[in-house]
Amino acid sequence: MYDIEKIYQAKDVPDAVRALAENPDAVVISGGSDVLIQIREGRLAGCSLVSIHNIAELKGIEMDKDGTILIRPATSFSHITNNDIIKKYIPVLGDAVDQVGSPQIRNIGTVGGNVCNGVTSADSASTLFALNAVLELTGENGTRQVPIGQFYKGPGKTVREHSEILTAIRITKDNYDGFGGHYIKYGKRNAMEIATLGCSVSVKLTPDKKAIEDLRLAYGVAAPTPMRCTETESAVKEMKISPELFEKVGKGALAEVNPRSSWRASKEFRLQLIEELGKRALKQAIINAGGTLDA
Amino acid sequence: MGVGKKIDRVDAYAKVTGEAKYSADLAPDGLLVARVVHSKIANGLVKSFDLDEALKVPGVVKIVTCFDVPDIQFPTAGHPWSVEAAHQDVQDRKILNQRVRFYGDDIAAVIAEDEVAASRAARLIKVVYEEYPPVLTVDEAMAEGAVPVHSEYPDNILKHTRFTVGDGDFEKAAKENGLLLIDKVYETQRVQHCHIEVPVSFAYQDANGKIVVTTSTQIPHIVRRVIGQALGIPWGKIRVIKPYIGGGFGNKQDVLYEPLNAFLCTQVGGRGVRLELTREETLACTRVRHAVKFHAKAAVRPDGTLVSRKLEVFSNQGAYASHGHAIAANAANMFKQLYQDEKGLEADSYTVYTNSATAGAMRGYGIPQSDFVTEALTEDLARLTGIDPLEYRLKNCVKEGYVDPHLKFGFESYGLKECILKGRDFIHWDEKRAEYKDQTGPVRRGVGMAIFCYKTGVYPISLETASCRMVLNQDGSLQIQMGATEIGQGADTVFSQMAAESLGITEDRIYVVSTQDTDITPFDTGAYASRQTYVSGKALKKTAEQLKAKILDYASYKLKLPAEGLDIRDNYIVSMADNKSLLSMEELATEAFYSLDRSVHITAEATYHCKENTFASGVCFAEVEVDMPLGKVKVLNIINVHDSGILINPKLAEAQVHGGISMGIGYGLSEILLYDKNGKPLNDNLLDYKMPTSMDTPDLHVDFVQINDPTGPYGNKALGEPPAIPVAPALRNAVLHATGVAVDSLPLDPQKLVEHFKAAGLI
Repeated sequence: MYDIEKIYQAKDVPDAVRALAENPDAVVISGGSDVLIQIREGRLAGCSLVSIHNIAELKGIEMDKDGTILIRPATSFSHITNNDIIKKYIPVLGDAVDQVGSPQIRNIGTVGGNVCNGVTSADSASTLFALNAVLELTGENGTRQVPIGQFYKGPGKTVREHSEILTAIRITKDNYDGFGGHYIKYGKRNAMEIATLGCSVSVKLTPDKKAIEDLRLAYGVAAPTPMRCTETESAVKEMKISPELFEKVGKGALAEVNPRSSWRASKEFRLQLIEELGKRALKQAIINAGGTLDA
Repeated sequence: MGVGKKIDRVDAYAKVTGEAKYSADLAPDGLLVARVVHSKIANGLVKSFDLDEALKVPGVVKIVTCFDVPDIQFPTAGHPWSVEAAHQDVQDRKILNQRVRFYGDDIAAVIAEDEVAASRAARLIKVVYEEYPPVLTVDEAMAEGAVPVHSEYPDNILKHTRFTVGDGDFEKAAKENGLLLIDKVYETQRVQHCHIEVPVSFAYQDANGKIVVTTSTQIPHIVRRVIGQALGIPWGKIRVIKPYIGGGFGNKQDVLYEPLNAFLCTQVGGRGVRLELTREETLACTRVRHAVKFHAKAAVRPDGTLVSRKLEVFSNQGAYASHGHAIAANAANMFKQLYQDEKGLEADSYTVYTNSATAGAMRGYGIPQSDFVTEALTEDLARLTGIDPLEYRLKNCVKEGYVDPHLKFGFESYGLKECILKGRDFIHWDEKRAEYKDQTGPVRRGVGMAIFCYKTGVYPISLETASCRMVLNQDGSLQIQMGATEIGQGADTVFSQMAAESLGITEDRIYVVSTQDTDITPFDTGAYASRQTYVSGKALKKTAEQLKAKILDYASYKLKLPAEGLDIRDNYIVSMADNKSLLSMEELATEAFYSLDRSVHITAEATYHCKENTFASGVCFAEVEVDMPLGKVKVLNIINVHDSGILINPKLAEAQVHGGISMGIGYGLSEILLYDKNGKPLNDNLLDYKMPTSMDTPDLHVDFVQINDPTGPYGNKALGEPPAIPVAPALRNAVLHATGVAVDSLPLDPQKLVEHFKAAGLI
């Protein structure tokens, strides 16, 4: 039995925004795979909920005429993984969210909830960082666009205002066209896991497929929020695919990240994973981008 | 029909369709709900409560605190009671405790109309404590000046025992010239059973004041006794009902919250109260496997002769005695039994109270811990001599005919060496050991093994008694009531097969009453050790023999033929001389019930007091791939080969082994309960406590060596617990083979492995 004081099922986005504005303590619930756990644990016991569950306008994936991919936030992980647009243009995202929890969780959990939770371990987040996703927030004063790199303020904290709803996640064509990507989730076991570390790499190779044209190196749990290693990305631009490249990416990442020690994993262990996973994800991303490792 | 057949479980359809009723399914509507209030400190005293806010919560009926319970200390271990005070279990806790001994101790309980009200009230209760510094480890608890966890044990040592074999002087034996020596500490961690059904019970008082408790337990008759002890009321005033249960693995071989549940119902005028733990409470506040620190010394000659060993066992008991020193003593015993030292052995065992979760029974009862030290040490000794570890084991392991010098029983049947040889072939030991010899690179493979032996029942350490009742129906079918409990292991199914074997009545006409009800069911101490098929099987066989004699006696009367010439086969009375069917069981039974000449209800009931025991044994072989930079161990192939006597049901036996290997993989690679410096649990949930998932588990292979054990009722001996025993040390030894790195503590989790590989310069 869940300790829920009251719940309001919103009819549409404006209704949800209004309900949130009227209930300053209310919590948004969509799939429920995080909120219900927090209610059960007592952290959110006795809470008021505004539900955006099953609002049709918040679901689905489509492509604009200019090639921008639009992912509506209440799309479940399993729908993302099995979506034809995702499979064709950004399979790395489908693979990443296919590593969330369990089949049951992936059937109810939503990508919007994953992002709005503000946690660094979210499996979708590092890949959305690598893809330069832009988030659309809708509130009482209309909508605003926030690049994902500016969305996170700290652990569990985002720039989303209380009465705002995430209404779209957009990835423009220049951020996926010609790129190959790969996400590695590192957990202590192979399912039912929260990431000890996540690494997502998106890479575009030079036309001869022998060097780096554009690299995005993103991590989860390497810092209080998901992050990109921008200095390393710049430093390896135009570098040939070579052992030196992988070494430089691994070591470069170490200089930019800021993992912490906790009982779940020590800082030293996470640093080992950051270096190793950066190299491994890049290798696979290069292959996915049409390159070879012995180029 | 009968023993040795792969019949389906008798409860398969009920369980698969959801028809099988568990405690929570049986709870009637309208029960009150209880919620336990747990301490937020690990060591101290409750000075007072402020209940005002909590009592204001709508729906709260009553709050009971540690100041309201009977001033009686009681034991909780699922052991047979002893009529001699010296052999009774330690009585060291009350229904609710003012003296707080671990983080999560039970200090109060809320009774409310529903779960939300109970939970809200529980959160609003304010407690004032007097706090003492917690002692969490054996070292802290044994240090000078440590606060006694129990005033009765000022040095925190619950018990210390020592035994020797042969010379019994390791230091003297180790002086021999040219010996290779090891002196090391091996450690095992605290883990939990993680049975799928959390502890749940409901209790009410019937019209005559009898307290009726329906509960998820392995040991209904013991639960009745302990409730009586805890409440200070006659045992006959309590009735315990045990329906189907979703696993126990030893956690429910302890009396957990039934005394509190029984007491709470008396506090609300006998109204029904339901008490169901959360998974978090189950992990933090029920029982765990003892974490044990072993200090081992050993001396071996370069030719591989094991000369002498010495073992010190430091077992972390946690806050309350529960099964207490039995686990440490058991652990030291197997260290002795699995290998015989040329000059002798000495063993000292300490069980130590600490301010941490209470350790109790868990599948294997100290032997998984013991097998880790025994088989890690054995591997290290073999490496020291340069002898292949399998050959080293064949040379030194326990031999046919071994009798334990202290317990005075041994292998009544022996298949250990055959198990080793079978496993060697399956895993391609010799080829793989050679193939993986000189590897380089970050990802490496290895094969490892571990053997074990395991005593089937608890004789002569403890009483072994079991009862069975058989009742013939009018149609010639049969009801069996066993005091031994079905806890998912398949007991009801193998009991049906045993009865079919002994009686000549087919399994489709045999009904095992799965529910135990202490007002009805004959006495048995319950499902624990690996005793059901062995000890309770003997009670069943004895009862079946009596029933058969009665049936044949009636047949003799009816057929006017001497009973000695008659038998029962496939539900017919047959002539032994020509195997001719003379009378169906149905005709016989109907006649017996309704005969105007000689009416008799044919029943039988017997108790078997078991004064035999025998060792089972076996081996695990594992092949692993170690990704050193990531600290990951992938189990590529694994097999357990068991020497468990004749298998009653080979299909169920295989399933037992699957479950045990899976448990062993978790013990070896990922599971550990963690606490902060104040003793607060950190990972008391199934996200952070890492049981392996199916994605972490390879195909599990099983084989058996079937040798008739003359002491087993049907040639059988232990199988329930053994599969969980050898897996963790086999994995540890496989990682050692792959990387050259010996990890001496469990589990071999990624962070620990990375630290070891870095220290070894491998990454």
